[in-house]
This record gives sequence, structure tokens and C-alpha cells, in this order.
Amino acid sequence: MATCLCDAFYDDVACATVEVLEHLGCTVEFPEGQTCCGQPAFNGGDWTASRRVVRHAVRTFAGSCPVVVPSGSCAAMLFHGALLEFEREPDRAAVEDLGRRAWELGDFVVNGLGVRTWPGRYAARVAFHRSCHSRGTASSAAAETLLGSIAGLTLIPFGEGEQCCGFGGTFSVSFPTISGSMGKLKLEHLRAARPEVVASGDMSCLMHLGGLAGKEGRPLRTRHLAQILRDSLRHGGSPS
Amino acid sequence: MKEQPIDRFAAELEASRRSAVYEGTKATHEKRTRHLAARFAEADVLRRTAGEIKQHVVEHLDRYLPEVEVKLRQHGVGVHWCSTADSACATVLRILQARGVRRLVKAKTMLGEEIGLAGYLERHGIESVETDLGEFIVQVDRDHPSHIVRPIIHKSRREVATTLERIGLGTYDDDPSTITQRIRSHLRGKYLAADAALTGANFISVESGRVVIVTNEGNSRFCLAAARLHLVLVGIEKLVPRDRDLALLLNLLARSATAQPLTVYTEFVAGPRASGQADGPDEMEVVFVDNGRTEMLASDCRDILRCIRCGACLNVCPVYRQATGHAYRSVYPGPVGAVLSPLLAGSRFPEWADLPKASSLCGACNEVCPVDIPIPDLLLRLRARGKQEGGPQARIGTLPMGLWSWIAARPELWRAALRAGAALDLLPLRLAPVPALRAWSKDRDLPAWRGGAFRRWFRHRSRL
Repeated sequence: MATCLCDAFYDDVACATVEVLEHLGCTVEFPEGQTCCGQPAFNGGDWTASRRVVRHAVRTFAGSCPVVVPSGSCAAMLFHGALLEFEREPDRAAVEDLGRRAWELGDFVVNGLGVRTWPGRYAARVAFHRSCHSRGTASSAAAETLLGSIAGLTLIPFGEGEQCCGFGGTFSVSFPTISGSMGKLKLEHLRAARPEVVASGDMSCLMHLGGLAGKEGRPLRTRHLAQILRDSLRHGGSPS
Repeated sequence: MKEQPIDRFAAELEASRRSAVYEGTKATHEKRTRHLAARFAEADVLRRTAGEIKQHVVEHLDRYLPEVEVKLRQHGVGVHWCSTADSACATVLRILQARGVRRLVKAKTMLGEEIGLAGYLERHGIESVETDLGEFIVQVDRDHPSHIVRPIIHKSRREVATTLERIGLGTYDDDPSTITQRIRSHLRGKYLAADAALTGANFISVESGRVVIVTNEGNSRFCLAAARLHLVLVGIEKLVPRDRDLALLLNLLARSATAQPLTVYTEFVAGPRASGQADGPDEMEVVFVDNGRTEMLASDCRDILRCIRCGACLNVCPVYRQATGHAYRSVYPGPVGAVLSPLLAGSRFPEWADLPKASSLCGACNEVCPVDIPIPDLLLRLRARGKQEGGPQARIGTLPMGLWSWIAARPELWRAALRAGAALDLLPLRLAPVPALRAWSKDRDLPAWRGGAFRRWFRHRSRL
């Protein structure tokens, strides 16, 4: 599942995801009918609308293949959120089945395929932002395991790492003051650590942080986990 | 887009107030994390166990409540059952009036705030004095608590010093120990003059009928020292099955609330003064209050009844830190308040239907909760309920999802939309026809539109 953000803005992240999976020997299929995981409406409280989209995803991803998503947020929607809104629905079992097959990319690579070290080289100081939807999952630890194993790459800590970037989907537009303040605080902590690259397993966080930084006229170099993994293989050295 | 009241409150908040709350909550949260990890290697296992104990209790209240009543009566304690806030206030008043009580000293109880007890007693001619330092300031300032554990986290010591000067407790002095000493000596007289003491209860053990009260100031002990009557106001969900469950819950409560291994005072009260005991009240009465809790139990948000009111979710919450407690317009602020307040409101649910929206759903609240309440899930359930019955308050700033979901279930339309989105790049976003885009672009850039680019790449390379 490419995610709607990658479909609309971040095609390179989806490309990198495909290349990373192929490097590991996977055959990647991209069902053309896919759209979104249904999370925007789910978070907005419109569960009728959200279920319509989830049902579409269930049809699109029918079968027995693992469904790998370059986003902790969309993955969590499939294996957790959707189950909440289908609690009393007759087709709950099909949603559960998709949930069981849904993986966030880093989690899939480390815990699904058992890969713990990553080849190549990526010479950069990287601050890895743990996206909120990966709380309570194995995703952040998996991403840090992979990134930490790359030659030349230094993971650097920063203040208040457990705090949200302020995106929160529609929260970012319905609570612009609070969302903006949260994002700016996160930027302060990140900049204080002086990373060359800010990375995450979710483009939504990076879109928010990058968007705030860009508006301030102090662009932030953001990369998705998949891009770093791919670039490490491809460039044998420098961040693209 | 119409403004969310909580976001507007945050926008208008004085910077000094925000930074006081931010610094205070951040420090406590970080200390909590260190202390919990230092003592317990598997803190998450403890949180889950504590959650299971409390969940077991709330799902078996039908059995435990009658059992604890029998136990309390064996200790010579009077037991009262009140289904609403009004009946709880009236019951307390009746108990006090029957004994001719004119002056009451009160330890901190959130339930007292919830049912508006202090104001009610005052209106009926009974002096009720808050003895928790923070609550005392709230009372004399006619303010409201802005945090479950630290009622005046929003005030500076300069404001507190000004208050003391105003009420005649010496000339202005903002030295913290002077402030404490002045309130301390003022309250001594109140303790001695009081006919009765009212406390909350953090837990009541069904096994032993012991009422557990924790404080850091020792004020509940002082309350009980001179009073003839001890009144306990407690929610029906505050039970634990066995005394030994307290070991786990007290360990977690103090660490989660204030990053202490244990509160300075932990009292176990099993009834009034027994014959042969030198001190203590002659009588003890426990008032159990429902006030919407049975309804919560019947709902899909029953997990919130596990809450032990530690405030850890407030301390970690980025929204609480930015907006502060009064933004939530209710007794319980922060993540737990965003769940509890709409539920406690009963038929007035729509008035608080915006509260569950005040969250980025980041899940930090669940991560720190000592009883592992899945607060984000409950917020989501309340958002869905708000969509059904929330009215205008639930619709503020909520994007219409009907059309979007209709398109997202039709791949051909979705792909057409991906192509059409390219128009975004040509349009100045501040003029965009979509309010959400205007709101986004006020403080943030939007990345270049690349709609469908991945699909083209993937199709092209599969043909190679």
C-alpha cells in the first residue's frame, strides 16, 4: 500500500519502498485500485465514511500477501483503528484478516523478514523522529536497528523525543495554534541536535515539520526511512 | 474554518502562564519516567496488571459494592448511596445538619469539585475550608483547579503572594516557605475549630474495608485530628478487591502523579475511633457517588473508570501543555478530562463534544497511564458519538468526509483527483477554495504535487 500521501506528494518514498523490498528478494505488487486507508474520516469521527474506504481497501488487497506500508500511521489504521470501527460490523473478519497482514515497512523488514543489518553506506548524522502511531509497536525499534547498522550513519538523540510533531491529520488544520506550537517546539529540539537529515517512518510527520520549517525560510532536510535504506544501497555513501 | 474553543484559548493564553505549565508538567513527566525505570525493569507489565485489576473491579461492581458496604458497616461506618451530584450534595448536607455541623475542613477531592460541593455547602450556611494548599488558593481566589494533582499549576508564586496579602495573611512576600508557613498557621485555627472533616478516598479495599487517603501535605491527618465526624466522598469505581492490590496501585500512583516512590502521607482508615484509641473522629460516614458512572460502565468507554486520577496523562500531553487546564472548561482537564467530561455531562454531552477533538491522537497518554487506559481509542469513540449526536460543538473545524470517502472508494475518480491536484501548484494557497488548505498554508508550506507519479513509475518499470 503506497499511502495517499505518497500517491499525491511523495512518489519517491513509494519508489524507494519498492526498491528496498526488491533488494530483499520480495516480488512487489501494486494493486492499481488502491486509494487510502480510511484514517482521515476515522479520526474525524465519521466512521460510516471511513468504513466505506476500509471496505474498499479490503477488496483491493484481498488475498494472502503481506501488505507493506511505508507509514506507521496507515499500518496502525489497518491493524488497530479499523478494528475499532468494525467492532459491530458483519464483515469484521475480513478487516481483521487485512489487519493481520498489514505491516509497517521497518517492522516488516526486521521482524517479518528477520533482517537486522543494512548494507551500503550513508554518511550523515540522522535524527530519527519516532512517529506517534508506532508507539506500542515494534516499528521505531526496527527502524533504529536498521539505521544504526548502516555504515557512516550516526543516529543522534534530541530533546523530548517522545513528543508528537503536532500533525495529527485534520488536527493540524482544526487546531492550527496548538499544532503549530507543537511542531515548532519539535523543530527547536531537532535543530539543537544539529542533524544533517531528519528521518521518520511516516511522511505525515515530515510533511508537517518540513512545511513549518520551509515557511520559516529555514528548510529542513527530511528523508523517509525507505529513502535512506535505498540510498544506502544505491549511492554507496552520500545522501541523495 | 470556525475556531475550536480550545485552540482559541491557547492562542489567547499569556506566554508566562503557558511556560509555567509547560515547564512544570515536563519536569514531572521526565522525573516520573526516570524513577519508574530506576525501580521497575518492567514498568509496562505493572501498568497492565494494575489496569487489569481496576478493569476487573469496574466490571464486578455489582458484587464488590455490597461486599464493601458490609465490611464498612462492620467497622461502624455509615454508608450512603447517591446516584446524582444533587443527591450527593444533599446527602452530605443532611449528614452535617443532623449533627449541627457549622464548620467543615476539607481535604482535596476531585469528586467534590465534580459535584460542586463546596459552593453548595456555602449556600447552605456551612463554612467549608479547603486545606490542600493549592485548593485553598483556588477557593479564596474563586478560581478553578487547572490540574488534577496540582490545582494551581497555572499560577505563579507572585500571584499566590498577592492573594495572601489580599486575604490578610501578612504583607506581600513571595518566598515559597513564607507562603507555606502563613497558610499553615492560618489553617491550624480552622482544623481546631472544625466540627467535621471531609476527605476523598484514593482507594477502598473490599477485603478489609480500609479507606486509603494519600496526601503530601499531611492535611487530611490534620483534618481528622480534631473533627468529631469524618465524611468520605468517593466514586463507586474507587474499589480494589484486596489489600495487597494496594501495594501495586500505591507504588504506581505516587510515581505517576508526582514522581515520588510513595506519597509523604498514606493513611489507611478503618472506621471511626475505636474504644481504647486516644484520637480520631467519633463517627465516620462514607458517601458513594455514581453521578453518571453506571452509564459510563454501560458504554463503550467503560475503561475510563479505571482512572486513579494521577494526572500523568496531563503532564505528558502536548495539547494540555500548550492549552493548559482551563481550556477544557471542566473539572477534569487534559486527555482524561476530554474523555470524562463529555461522559459525565449525560444528556448535555453535545456541549463538550469538541473536547475529544483536542488531541493529535499521539498516544503519549496511554503510554504513561498507570492503569493502561487506551485514551486515544476512547477519544475516537467519543468523536464517532459526537458525529452522531454532538450537534454544532462536534462539527467545529471538522472536515466533511462524505465526498472524500465516496471518491476514495472509486479508483477511477481517485486517479482523476490525483491528476487534478496538480492545480494546487498553480494556485496561491491562501486563496484556495478549501478551508483546510488555507489553514494548513498559514504556517506551513505544501510540498509540490506529484499526484500519480509513483503509479506511472511503477507501470513503466513493470513493462521493462
